Parts: sequence; structure tokens; C-alpha cells
Amino acid sequence: MIVSVYHYMVLSAILFSLGTIGVLTRRNAIVVFMCIELMLNAVNLTFIALSSYLGNMDGQIFVFFIMTVAAAEAAVGLALMITFYRNRESIDVEDFSLLKL
Amino acid sequence: MYDNLWLIPFFPLLGFLINGLLGRKIKNEKVVGAIATLAVFASFVVSCMCFVRLLGDEVKTHENIIGSWISLGSLQVDWGFLLDPLSALMILNVTGLSTLIHLYSIGYMHGEDGYPRFFAYMNLFTFAMLMLVLGNNALVMFVGWEGVGLCSYLLIGYYYEKKSASDAGKKAFVVNRVGDFGFLLGLFLLFWSFGQNGVWTINFTEIAANAGALENGGIIVTLITLCFFLGATGKSAQIPLYTWLPDAMEGPTPVSALIHAATMVTAGVYMIARMNGLFAMSPDTMMVIAIVGAATAIFAATIGFAQNDIKRVLAYSTVSQLGFMFLAMGIGAFTAGIFHLLTHAFFKACLFLGSGSVIHGLHHAYHHAHLNHDPQDMRNMGGMRKKMPITFITFFLSTLAICGLPFFSAFFSKDEILWWAFASTRGHWLLWLVGTIAAGMTAFYMFRLVFMTFFGAQKTDPRAKDHIPESPFVMTFPLMVLAALATFGGLIGIPHVIGDLVGHIPNYLQQFLAPVFEHTQTFHGIEAHGAASAEFGTIGVSVGVGLVGIGLAWLFYCKYPEIPARFCARFTRLHRAVFNKWYVDELYDALIVNPTKRLGTGLWQIFDVCIVDGIVNGVARCIRGTGGLLRHTQTGFTHSYAMSMVVGVVVIIAICVFQ
Amino acid sequence: MSEHILSLMTFFPLLGMLIILMLPGGKGGLLKCTTLVITLITFVISLPLALDPVFKTSGAMHYTEFAPWISVGDYFQMNYSVGIDGISLWLVLLTTFIMPITVLSTWQAVDKNVKGFMALMLLLETAMLGAFISLDLFLFYIFWELMLIPMYFMIGIWGGANRIYAAVKFFIYTAVGSLLMLVAIIYLYYYAVNTGGVVNGFSVTDFYNLNLHPELQKWLFLAFAFSFAIKVPMFPVHTWLPDAHTEAPTAGSVILAAVMLKMGTYGYLRFAMPLFPDALQQFLPWLAALSVIGIVYGALVAMMQKDVKKLVAYSSVSHLGFVMLGLFALNNIGVSGAILQMVNHGISTGALFLIVGFIYERRHTRLISEFGGLSKQMPVFAVIFMIVTLSSIGLPALNGFVGEFMILLGAFESELRWFAVVATTGVVLSAVYMLWMYQRVMFGKLDNPKNQNLKDLSVREICIMLPLLVFIFWIGVYPNTFLEKMEPAVNQALSQISGEARAQTYIPVCTDAEQQGKCPHTYGVDAQGDADLHL
Repeated sequence: MIVSVYHYMVLSAILFSLGTIGVLTRRNAIVVFMCIELMLNAVNLTFIALSSYLGNMDGQIFVFFIMTVAAAEAAVGLALMITFYRNRESIDVEDFSLLKL
Repeated sequence: MYDNLWLIPFFPLLGFLINGLLGRKIKNEKVVGAIATLAVFASFVVSCMCFVRLLGDEVKTHENIIGSWISLGSLQVDWGFLLDPLSALMILNVTGLSTLIHLYSIGYMHGEDGYPRFFAYMNLFTFAMLMLVLGNNALVMFVGWEGVGLCSYLLIGYYYEKKSASDAGKKAFVVNRVGDFGFLLGLFLLFWSFGQNGVWTINFTEIAANAGALENGGIIVTLITLCFFLGATGKSAQIPLYTWLPDAMEGPTPVSALIHAATMVTAGVYMIARMNGLFAMSPDTMMVIAIVGAATAIFAATIGFAQNDIKRVLAYSTVSQLGFMFLAMGIGAFTAGIFHLLTHAFFKACLFLGSGSVIHGLHHAYHHAHLNHDPQDMRNMGGMRKKMPITFITFFLSTLAICGLPFFSAFFSKDEILWWAFASTRGHWLLWLVGTIAAGMTAFYMFRLVFMTFFGAQKTDPRAKDHIPESPFVMTFPLMVLAALATFGGLIGIPHVIGDLVGHIPNYLQQFLAPVFEHTQTFHGIEAHGAASAEFGTIGVSVGVGLVGIGLAWLFYCKYPEIPARFCARFTRLHRAVFNKWYVDELYDALIVNPTKRLGTGLWQIFDVCIVDGIVNGVARCIRGTGGLLRHTQTGFTHSYAMSMVVGVVVIIAICVFQ
Repeated sequence: MSEHILSLMTFFPLLGMLIILMLPGGKGGLLKCTTLVITLITFVISLPLALDPVFKTSGAMHYTEFAPWISVGDYFQMNYSVGIDGISLWLVLLTTFIMPITVLSTWQAVDKNVKGFMALMLLLETAMLGAFISLDLFLFYIFWELMLIPMYFMIGIWGGANRIYAAVKFFIYTAVGSLLMLVAIIYLYYYAVNTGGVVNGFSVTDFYNLNLHPELQKWLFLAFAFSFAIKVPMFPVHTWLPDAHTEAPTAGSVILAAVMLKMGTYGYLRFAMPLFPDALQQFLPWLAALSVIGIVYGALVAMMQKDVKKLVAYSSVSHLGFVMLGLFALNNIGVSGAILQMVNHGISTGALFLIVGFIYERRHTRLISEFGGLSKQMPVFAVIFMIVTLSSIGLPALNGFVGEFMILLGAFESELRWFAVVATTGVVLSAVYMLWMYQRVMFGKLDNPKNQNLKDLSVREICIMLPLLVFIFWIGVYPNTFLEKMEPAVNQALSQISGEARAQTYIPVCTDAEQQGKCPHTYGVDAQGDADLHL
């Protein structure tokens, strides 16, 4: 079986959906965070696959950008979470509800 | 000399600045009084020099421009002064009387709180009054016009801790402002209507020169003059704006003498005389002026019958006499009007200062006896002639003058007005009749005053009556000078019929003022013509009426003093109406003052607070309400936000795919 | 140096603000002194403008500076373009003159967060000066909005009891108006670009020469006029003023009255009226009617106020009504009178607010009924208060009279004759409310025990009032100093408004929108044919 671009697409769609479901359903902030990373990587996979399929390097450059941003985001996000844990002793997203009524 | 005209108002201004800025530092009353009096006296000297110079001069109109005031396009106004026979007479009158009254005040105001303040205001007043009479254009005149109003406000409210005094001051200013409203409108109309003819000016000499550009007797000139006349009714206390003058008696008596008798209140008459060319062009306005003048003369006299406050009687008498002057202006007897203005200034200043002398004496006596009586109430006087002989004699002479007894000053001036009312081309026998009756009434209430104050039994509280002193020399000296002027002052204007009788004595005043008025009178054909016998007839009638008034007063208040009480008991309502000044103040309160206050409150509480702010706050509340509703969609849970994002993305993709 | 005098003057206070921010916050005295010195230097910088005789002869813009600022290709261009003529000259000087006085007035009044207050004052000065000298509509708009922010905080932080309400009301009122103006400005710009006219940024002098269709002018004029009317404030959008004035600290009230209200009247004269002359003619009777209603209404309502500051605020509504009437007279007497009256109002009403501040500092109340008989206790204060009162009433030979007289005369000479007659009643009413207030505060017996120990004015307070008094007499006795320099500029503005100065020929056809289609001529620049631009 030849692994075609089609398979990459399906895989990344599955990964993206898994990530989305994770973000929406899980309560632990760290898990939610990991799910976001999963979604990003699913997108990265699409970029790489299509880049190689179309022979265009733009997609690969975007991937570098996304990885950089994701790293920065991870740093900021983890810092936020640590601060939050210090204040609330919890990283449950249900407790992140200071903006409500 | 004419280039130094500015010195005349300058000296009082200087006096005002010295006393106003340093007065409280100068502890010595005498120094303060001397500075103020000398300042006015200096300008009296300069005025005399100008007057003498003008007498011998061929050219009778001189202008002295100090500099530009407002200069913009067509509007060119200078700080300028005008000396002609009319203003020369006025500056002599103002500075002369002002000097005497300043002198008198040194004695009268002795020991008062705020002594320097009083003299500073008096000097400021003299300055403003001189600006008024000397101004060469209507706007400089207006500076003086409002300036005297301000000083009147300040001096009426001199005893500012007394509510009635500060109320009276405010009333005077506001009522005068109503008049000024007319003055300003007249000025705008004048400037505009002259501008239509290419002459943008408010300069008096140019107005006189270009008056012909307006339509003679037309609506424009009538409107202009009526507006100016409204200004005059405010300043000169004529119907309908006279109500402030009686209240103005709250001020110290020298103020009443200087401002509310001799000078300021005659400003309206002066203004009409100054613009005689314009006023004569509108017979309608002239008729209105004559009627208002005659009506005021008789109306104020009726109120004078029933007042018990010595100064109020004099105040109503002033209103009434001013009515005579306006009557004169209205019938084109400009010279007679100015003549009466001068003689009135003499005798009325003397009367006021005399009453001040009585009040001063009584105040002193009450103070000595620790009593708290009203020193102005005539019912507590009587028999004062023995206590204050000089005051009595001068007061009596001035009363004879105001009653127009032969050869006293008002005899000449009032009779000339009445003769003109009878015989002038713009006169009417009804005006003459009203004037003559008012003259008789004047004699009655003035002698009522004299009898109640100086004759009969002494009704002063026995504890006080032995402590009434005659006033000091600084106060009696001005009285004597003024009484002499009131007695002999009329001789400057002896009418031709009498002059011819005793051997060709010319009417000096008429000759002197001829350059100002003669052109207008000949141009409009205003003259008094009639047989000498008719003139003697009117003179005889008015003297007779005056004697009847005196006789009645003698009957009522000397011979049978119980008559007035019986009369009052018989006609209670009439008496109460007259005593309460025909309820005119109450009427004005009900018709104008209170509705205006209610309107102000209503606009504020209803329009501002309810309607405009109601709309503004209502919009704000609507927005807040909408926000409050939408707020419920914000649960605060990250999950639900993420969920809505996902749903949104799915919907958008679905739309794109299945379109 | 002298060609950059305007920028130097405008941005010097901003520089000063940075200095203030670097100083330690705890030292109130140091901060106040520094601010005073900065405002004084700004005043000194602006003085050569007043002495320059060029304004006597030329009504054009002087001291102009130009620099491209933001440009997005050829399409969108904003410039830093400033300059003054005889109209803005006096307003600029009024601003630089009044600022040191207000700073002095805060000496004892402000003790909370002095650093912030002083920084905001300086920011405000820059914004106000910038607005008066801007010749680029976009630049003007930036300064216009910038003014709002410091004043909002000054009312909201240092104000009285009801300060939040007043601050928000002030902000929202002004912002609503200015957003409409922003839309109109942008529309004007695109119109100019699309019709192929000379577009040099948002230059207002170029916009003068646009020949706008009357129907279009109508809407744009309404947007501008509404925005400026709120600032003036004209009846009936004046209700923010009493609240803002009452709650603002003394310095805020003084600046608000003396300078910021002039922004509205200045906006009419500089922007709304010359940009849209046809629309102006159309709305003239209505605007004049609103001005006259404002005069009488403000006076009547002022009469019944119980709070001194509110009374003065309503008197401002009345006085600004006079200014607007003068502008609408559209002749040189009326307009010059209006400009002079802007300065007069700045001086007299500024002085009145300072006076209210003096007694408020002593008694911490502004209710008229709490006072009475102060003359006895405070003679110097009584004299100064009396002079300022008389100046506000418009006593001849004081400043208020010259302005009011010229306005009324100008209005009377124009088509607004009957409006002038009604407006003249304001002269009577102003005497009523001011003298009544003076009587209740100063006259009568000193019977309130809390007033027994009031101190008369201190030397500092007299120093605050003296310069104002000097100008009260100066303008009253010799207004020519001011008039001669504004006259050429006023004539220039009037010729702009009357259309004489416009480059293109005026084709007065098709004022009726319905006929537009049938009309052979298009309005103004023929080549445009942009139907969608015609509303």
C-alpha cells in the first residue's frame, strides 16, 4: 500500500478531531493544553504533506513558524497554569470562571 | 482749555482711586473727606473755566477726543468729550452740587462705618455722571449711563447689612437695566438706520447733522426715539419704571440728594435734550413723552399725599417734578425743561439735605436717649423749626421755590413749562390742565411735609427731644448756598413777558442754549405763541393753584389737624391704596417678578432635569439594560466559549461546503 | 526658532509632563512649582505671537509648519500642518495665559495624587493648543479627542461627590458628537479624493475650496454642527455642562469654561461655517434661534440655582449663546465681537470659578444659602468679586460690555434683527441673576456662625486674580489691541463663508434633490459625476 497524501489528510483530520474533542471535554488544564498541541501538530502534518505533494516549500516554512509559536505558547500557558495553581490549588478548567456573572 | 475737558471727569476718578485703594489705610476721616471733596471741587473749577471760555466764544461746540475706544470696520467709537452750552450747564450743575453735597457728607457721614467707601463711591458717581453729560457719542454716554446706575446701586446698598437696602439697590439696578435694554435697542436702530444711508455713526454732532437722512415722522425715527425714551423712563423714574426711586431712599441722605434728586435721575431729560433733533422728528414720540410726563407728574403727586416717611415724600415729589421735565421735552419746550432741571436740582438738593439734617439731628437724639425710633417718620417730628432754625429757613425757602411762588426759581421754570403746554404747537390744553393740577398738588404735599415737620407741637419722644442739635456748619453751609440758589436761581431765565415789564431783562438761559435747541425748534416749527395776557393768565392760575394747595395744607395740618384722620377713616380703602402706592409694586411682583421666577424654576426642574436629562439618562439606562440581558450569555466557562467557537467553525465550513 | 514657535509652544507642556512623571510623587510642592514654571515658560513662548504686527495686516495663516505624517500610498495622507491667524491667536494666548493661573489655584485645593493631576493638566494644555493651531482636520480631531481624556480623569478622580456621573456624562456627550464629526471628516476626505480635487492630506484650507452640493453640505454640516454644539454648549444639549462644572475641581472648571467651551465656538468659525456655507445659510435661522433660546434659558435657569457653581455654569450657557449669535450675524462686527466675547468669557467666567473655588476651599460648600454677609469679613474678596460680577453682567468700560455690545450690534445689523432684540433681554436677566447671587452671598448680616472666622484672600489668591482683573479693564477700555489683530482674519473668514474666496465658480442650481437628475449641471466640479456621493 502506497501511503498517499490522502492518508496524511485523513490522519491529520483524525488527530485534529481528537484534539478538539479533548479540548472540549477534558477538565484538567494540562490535558486541554496537550490537546491544543495535538491540534497544532495535526495542522503541521497537513502543511508538510501538502508541501511535499505540491512541491512548494511555503508550507514547511509555516510549520516552523507554528512550532515556534507553539513553544512560546507552551511557555506562557504553563506559566499561567502554575500561577493559577498557586492561587487556587487546582488546575481544573471549571474553576477558571472568574469572567462569569 | 477745551483740550483739557478730560480733566473734568479725571479728578473725581483720581479721588475714587485714592479713596478706593488707600482709603482704609488713611485712618483720618477728615483727610478722606477732604480728598474726595477737593477732587470734585477741582473739576468744578475746571468746569467754570470751560463755561466762562464758552460764554465768550463764537464757536459753541467743541470736541475733545482722547483716543479710540472701539474701532472695527464701520464701527468707530472714540473716547471723546463734547462741550456745548447744554453740557456746559450740566457739568456746572453736576460738579457744583456734587462739591456741596460732598462737603455736607463730611458732617453727615461722620462716624459711619465704611466712611472711605462712601466717598469713593460718591467720587465714582461724579466721574460717571460727568462721562454721561460730556460724552460726545451715545456709547460714551452709555458708559456714564450705566456707571451712574452702578454707583446708585452701590450707594443705595451702602448699608449692605440691611436686607431692605441691598434689595432696593438691586431693584434700582435691574429696573434701570430694563431701561438700558431700550437704550441699547435705540442705539442699534440708530446705527443701523444711519448706516442704511451710508453714515455709520453714533456721534452726537454727526447724528444732529445727518438726522435729515431719516424720514421725518417716519416709523424708524419713532421707534428709535421710543426706545431711547424707554431708557429715559428707567433712569429718570417715569411711568412705568419709576418704582425703584422711592425704594432708593434706603441710601444715605446725601446720596438721595445728589443721585436721586439733582443729577442722575435727570439723565433721561438730558439725553432727550442732547438728541433733540432726533426726537423732534417724531411727533408721535413727543406726544408719548408729554403724556407719560404729565401722567407721572400727577400720579406720583397723589402718592406723595399719604406717605409718612419724610424722604419718601421727597422721592415721590422728585418723580413728579421729573414728570414736569418730560412734559416740557414732549412739547418741545427744551429750554424750559433744562431750566426746570437746573432749578429742581437746586431746591430738591436743598430739600433732601434739609431732611437729612433733620434726620441727622433726630438720629443723634434717639441715639443719645438709647431709643430705637425711626428718625425719618414725620409723625414723630413737629416743631422742629425751633430746634433747627437754619435747616428750617433753608428748607422753607426751597419749599416755596418748589411750589412756584412768584420770583422763586420754580416760578419761572415751571410756569414756562405750563405756558408751553398751553400754547406750544405741540402742546394741548389738557396737558396744561394736568400740569397745573399737579403743581397745586405739589404745593399741598410739600406744605403738608413742612407743617408736619417744622410746625405744630413737638411729637418727638420726650426723652429725646431735648437732645436735638442743629447740624454743624459743614452741613448748614451747603444748605444756605442751595437755598440761595433755589430762591434766586430762576432769575437766569426770566420769561420775556415779565422781562419786558420791568425793563428788557433778557432770558439769559434761552440765549445761552439757543445754539443747541433753536435750529430744531425753527426747523420743526415748534413755538409757543399767544398773547402776553394769556401768558399772564396761565402764570396767575398756577400761582393761584399753588396758593390754594398751601392753604389746604395749612387747614388740614395746622388749623384742624383732625381733618386728615377723619378723611382717612371715611375713605379707608382709598387711603390704603394711596398709602400702599396704588399697589404698583405688588402688581409688578405678581405680573413679572414671580412668573419669571416660576418660569426659571420650571425650565430648570422640568425641561433640564426631566426632559433633556431624562432622555440622556434614559438612553444610558436602555444601553445598560440591553447589556444586562446579553451578559447572561457569558457563563465564564472556557468550555462553553470553546464549544461555541467549534460550532461556529463547523457551521461556517458547512455553509461553504454545501452551498 | 521662530518658524517652529507653534510646535515648541504646543509640545513644551508635553515635555513638561514627562518631567513631572519622572519626579517623585510624594513632593506636592515641587510638582506644583515645576508645573507652574512649565506653564509660565509656555506662556512666554507664546508671547511673541501676540506682539507680532503681521496679524494687523494679513488675515492669512502665519507661523505655518508642515510635515507629512502618516501616509498609506498615495491614497491616504495625513499631515502635521499647523498655523495661526488673528482668530486662533487670541484663543491660543488665552490658553497659555489661563494655565499658570489655574495651576496656582490648585495650590491648596489639590492634595490627592498631585503628580497625576499636574501631568494631566500639562497633557490637556498640549491638546488644547494643538486643537487651536491645527490646519489639518485629522490632526484637529486627534487633539480634540485628546482633550477629552485628561478632563475626564480630572473630573472623575478629583471631582466632587457625584463625580463619576458627571465625568461619564461629559465623556459620552462629547464623544457622541465627535464620532459624528469623525464620520463627516472621513467622508469629506474621500469626497475630495474622488472628485479629483487637490488633496493635500486633510488640509482644511483645501477643503474650503471644495464645491460641495448643498444637499451633501447639509448632512456634513449637521454632523459638524452637532459635535461643536455639544461642546459650546448650545441649548438643548447643554445639560452636561452644569454637572461637569459642579463636580470638577476648581482648576478643571476654569479650564473647561475658559478654554474648552471655546473649542466649540472656534470649531464653528474655523470648520463648520466656512466648509459648508450653503448649509449654514439654510440652518442659520434655526441655529440663531437656538442661540437666543440659550441666552434667555440659561439666564432664567441660572437665576433659580441654589449652588453658586451651577449658577455660574448656567450663566456660561447664556454667555456662549451670545457668542454663537455673534458668529451667526456673519458680519465683521458680530464675528469680531464673538471672538472678543470668547476671550472675555474665558476671563470673567474663569475668574468667577476661581472665586467660587476660594469660598469652597474655606467653607466646603457652594450652597448660596450657607453664605451671607461675607463683605464684612472679606472686604478685598468683596471688591474683586464685585468687579468680576460686573464684568460678567457687561458693565460698560469692562470687558463683557464691549463683546456683548458688538455681538448685539452685529446681529442687529444682519438678518437676525429680531433675534438680537430678544437676546438683548439677556442683558437685563444677567443683572438679575448675578446681582441676586452677589447679594445673597456677600450682603446681609453675617449670621451663619461658620462664616464668622473666614479669612480674607491671601496674597497668592490676590496674585491669581490680578492678571484677570487687568484684562477685565484692558479689554473694556481699549479693546483695539485685540480687535485690530483679528479684523483681517475675520474678514478673510467672512469672505470664505460668503463664498467670495472660493476658487470655483458657484452655480446655484438644483438645490432641490428631486430635480437633480433632470439638471444639466452638476454642482461644483463638473467632471465628477459620482452619483453615489450625492446623498
